[in-house]
Amino acid sequence: MNETGFLQIFIYLLALLLLSKPLGAYMARVYQDESIVANTWFAVIERGLYRLCGIQAEQDMRWQQYAGALLVFNLLGLLVVYALQTCQDLLPLNPQALPAISTDSALNTAISFATNTNWQGYAGEASMSYLTQMLGLTVQNFLSAASGMAVLVALIRGFSRRNTNSIGNFWVDMTRSTLYILLPLSLLLAVVLVGQGVVQTFDRYATVKLQEPQTYSAPALDADGHAVLDAQGQPLTQTQQSQEQTLALGPAASQIAIKQLGTNGGGFFNANSAHPYENPTPLSNFLEMLAILLIPAALCHTFGFLVGDSRQGWTLLAAMTLVFVALIFVTVPAEQHGNPALTSLGVDQAASNQQPGGNMEGKEARLGIVNSALWAVATTAASNGSVNAMHDSFTPIGGMIPMWLIQLGEVIFGGVGSGLYGMLVFALVAVFIAGLMIGRTPEYLGKKIEAFEMQMAAVIILIPPLLVLGGTALAVMTEAGKASILNPGAHGFSEVLYALSSAGNNNGSAFAGLSANVPFYNYLLGLAMLVSRYGLMIPVLAIAGSLAAKKHVPVGPGTLPTHTPLFAVLLIITVLMVGALTFVPALALGPIVEQLHMHAHP
Amino acid sequence: MTSYFRPAATLLLLMTLLTGGLYPALVTLLAQSIFPAQANGSLIQDKQGQAIGSALIGQSFSQARYFWGRPSATAPYPYNAAASGGSNLGPTNPALSDAVAQRIQALQQLDPDNHAQVPVDLVTASASGLDPHISIAAAHYQIKRVAKARKLPESVVIALVESHSEPRQWRVFGEPRVNVLGLNLALDAAAQTAQP
Repeated sequence: MNETGFLQIFIYLLALLLLSKPLGAYMARVYQDESIVANTWFAVIERGLYRLCGIQAEQDMRWQQYAGALLVFNLLGLLVVYALQTCQDLLPLNPQALPAISTDSALNTAISFATNTNWQGYAGEASMSYLTQMLGLTVQNFLSAASGMAVLVALIRGFSRRNTNSIGNFWVDMTRSTLYILLPLSLLLAVVLVGQGVVQTFDRYATVKLQEPQTYSAPALDADGHAVLDAQGQPLTQTQQSQEQTLALGPAASQIAIKQLGTNGGGFFNANSAHPYENPTPLSNFLEMLAILLIPAALCHTFGFLVGDSRQGWTLLAAMTLVFVALIFVTVPAEQHGNPALTSLGVDQAASNQQPGGNMEGKEARLGIVNSALWAVATTAASNGSVNAMHDSFTPIGGMIPMWLIQLGEVIFGGVGSGLYGMLVFALVAVFIAGLMIGRTPEYLGKKIEAFEMQMAAVIILIPPLLVLGGTALAVMTEAGKASILNPGAHGFSEVLYALSSAGNNNGSAFAGLSANVPFYNYLLGLAMLVSRYGLMIPVLAIAGSLAAKKHVPVGPGTLPTHTPLFAVLLIITVLMVGALTFVPALALGPIVEQLHMHAHP
Repeated sequence: MTSYFRPAATLLLLMTLLTGGLYPALVTLLAQSIFPAQANGSLIQDKQGQAIGSALIGQSFSQARYFWGRPSATAPYPYNAAASGGSNLGPTNPALSDAVAQRIQALQQLDPDNHAQVPVDLVTASASGLDPHISIAAAHYQIKRVAKARKLPESVVIALVESHSEPRQWRVFGEPRVNVLGLNLALDAAAQTAQP
């Protein structure tokens, strides 16, 4: 890694940390309903929305009501996305006349976008009409992110309120997150991205004349469009020539802005942010990468403001940043080191000022190694899941780190809202462990942590590993699960493990060689996404309700301070221990054995 | 649960109109009025006004007289801009080594005197399959072949490569690179002016 590489990583971290504080303060004001620029403009819209919907904004909810509202709202959203896909052939704004999506794929995608996962079994430009992308997918990009933020704010109220059974109003938290935070930021980012070259049009795909006509073999088709078979039953191929290139277009920028800001990650095109129309320049890459972690980092400060002690927010942010930075410096060198199998063929993989070098399979020339590896760490630290390089073609260690970051439970920054509420659950576990060691009742932010909170925390921490490891075991024991694997050997196992990790923690990125758009994976991964999203949100809200009802315990001599470097280290150890103990055996069968194999037989 | 249905349904409808209708429409309006060329795909037109490519999307080149871009794994033919994607071949997959070996052979067949090591980006498939760029090293590797095939002095080709090289954006971001389609179009234009 050269100096420019270090410099790019440094600028990225600096920009992230500098921007997170003012945005965090702004978001705290949004949730406290204080006067801000946006709500002086849009308060009319906000009040109008509540009136039309029959929402009493000042009426707070108990945690059960809050969860009920969230579930009904998300379920309806899911059904709309499903319906739009299955009848898109009958609806307008479908200039390529794309057919309706199959039942299993439509269900998988609907769950995927409603749960903020944005796992994509389909290829955007070949499957989804502009209307489906806008009214279905873009909308859920906003609303699933806003739902995550709402649950976080409810949990924070559990700490900041006392002796009450109410944790806020879901409709209000959801609306404010969308109206005052996600929409203005997305609008700004979308327009800047178009300036860099991201497309934004309702016109049909463009056709251009090729400089060098393409000769290729394609399956021979009879008059009805069926493949012609030869005497052995194999499909016949015929040579065809193409003089033209079809360029897929669409209203991409508006969707890409929120896909990054809302830690959604679902690409407009199949190649996601590797596609030059989604991520055309190094600057667009920088801005999109910044957008991935911006809100999750800023929410740490929001938390600090809302609990009245900004040091608490800094501690969580520091813990996340430390793990993040450490793992950047594992992944980038692994990718820069390149692939020994190619060295022996006479390939130059050394970085210089003339070439990025390294493992360039599945990476883009304008982005090179550093930006691809940095993005891979950021997108899996957050539960974003957009990619600017193909993780399946990463070196074994370079690909293991993103997978492990997902398996840690998406708490190193994590999804908007969901990352921090996950981290707060780990903080409860950390104070509980510390409490056991010193023989005191654990407290966090003036609230006693008792049996009920720990039961819920255990459920939250156990559900994702159960889905990931159980699902992987099921997939590799069945023919249907193994049939989709692309790469042979240990790497094939990694493809399955990555898919289940991604769905079981609502990330959405993939080792995309796995052919996941088949009924087996569409249903299995759909179920995993659903259980991991709501199976975690409901216990989190239960903790919020239980904490809100408790009285405040004043700080005493036996209280463990939770704003210190010591606590940050304790928190990191808790997260890493759970993640390592749970997943090292599975990782040993995939990336670790592949790494040994790669260097033993170059 | 039923008491949540009305606010949920109405709010979803209104939010859909706002974030799925109004917002993309507003971005489109702004994009088409401020950055019309970029918003419509950064198309390149020839003198007759016919679109002959995009500045952001690569095209496949396999003749000796053109610079070649990154290998592309799109189906059914390379650089299919209606079906983007990478090879997804893992690092230890023998299919990857075989593909790279074949690409090296194809390069050396047309350029038998070139014994330099092949820059890695010239023989590995890009993530999108549409990568418009190659590294500076990958362009330099091909200069002799292109100059010979076009019977042009090497200095002319070197000058063209240099004028089509892009530095890191703002001197910091990304990697130095060459736009292959832009370079090849400039080569064709240079050939036309050389033959009056």
